[in-house]
Amino acid sequence: MCETCGCSIPGHEHPEPADTHTVEVLKGLMSSNDHAAAHNREHFDRSGVLVVNLMSSPGAGKTRLLEQTAAALGDRLNIAVIEGDLETENDAERLRRGGIRAHQITTGSACHLDAHLIHQALHEFPLADQGKPVDVLFIENVGNLVCPAAFDLGQHLNVVLLSTTEGDDKPAKYPVMFRAADLVMLSKCDLLPLLDDFSVDRARSSLEGLGRQTPVIQTAAGRQPDVGAWIEWLEARRAEHSVPRGKEQVAATQTA
Amino acid sequence: MHEMAVCNELLDQVRANAMQHGARSVGAITVRIGALSGVEPDLLERAFTIARAGDYTDNASLVIEPVAVRVRCRTCGNENDAAANRLLCEACGGYAVDLVGGDELLLASIELHGIPDSEPPARHQNAKGQISEGEDSYV
Repeated sequence: MCETCGCSIPGHEHPEPADTHTVEVLKGLMSSNDHAAAHNREHFDRSGVLVVNLMSSPGAGKTRLLEQTAAALGDRLNIAVIEGDLETENDAERLRRGGIRAHQITTGSACHLDAHLIHQALHEFPLADQGKPVDVLFIENVGNLVCPAAFDLGQHLNVVLLSTTEGDDKPAKYPVMFRAADLVMLSKCDLLPLLDDFSVDRARSSLEGLGRQTPVIQTAAGRQPDVGAWIEWLEARRAEHSVPRGKEQVAATQTA
Repeated sequence: MHEMAVCNELLDQVRANAMQHGARSVGAITVRIGALSGVEPDLLERAFTIARAGDYTDNASLVIEPVAVRVRCRTCGNENDAAANRLLCEACGGYAVDLVGGDELLLASIELHGIPDSEPPARHQNAKGQISEGEDSYV
């Protein structure tokens, strides 16, 4: 059927009306979000803060990891957290109880954070605490392995958690999310001896199939925490970030 | 499902363009969506039929040009299409590859109706086509 007039004569064409023009745009479809993200990133860079976007399925252990991270870092780095959840202030309150500065964004029914939400949050959540600048800001994204990957927030690094209670083929199932990762963290590794269906090797080879050499580290943040490799990685990234960065490096982490 | 949010971003940009050119309405909107962009074409189409209601875009249509995933091998230089979750070189089997296509999320062109001036609009939009937000200082 002809889409213009609805008739069923095959092959006929309607000439373009004289006042119709096709404008070539060739611009990113997300330019409004990307514009806000670039603005956030400039603000982060001016404030000298390293921003890490934490993403995973719900329940992979993001909040627990942040609690253990703060405990392991002690006074070495000043951290703060922006929490994203559909509802409740629970995670931010939980972090505050552990002495971590936290700001909660509730997204309602939205399945991801976007750059505008982070921008608004920054108006209410200064990147310094009583004159002491924040070294690392974590954005704990909404638990979801699909949507958050499509929205740049202005972060410098993406960390994706894959817990051992999930399938070890998650990277193959959610390639967009895992390709975006600068680091993949296998969390809840203290449970590995109890699980007969999660193989660290299979998880690694699933990730390798995505064409990136993404580093993988294993953590446990339970009763006997083991976050040493993660803290080492984080402190190394923080140290790199402190020296002036070339534009190329920044661009590389943005598109990652 | 974040396609509704993506669709609203798209329509904001389209409407800003239509307004800038003094158009009466918008016809076909052509977008290029890569298989690794994180956007599902079917869901975007469904979101579009809901989100298009409003100024300029009431009767607009969405044309989606899908873009396949394509990789270039860093070891042997071979280029081939690949599945979204298996980005391997077909020639040598290596997984050290660069993505050369497939993550596009691009507004390619917009058909504008009722432009008052007979002069056709410029083919390429400059940065002024963006929705400007004003510099904000977080005070």
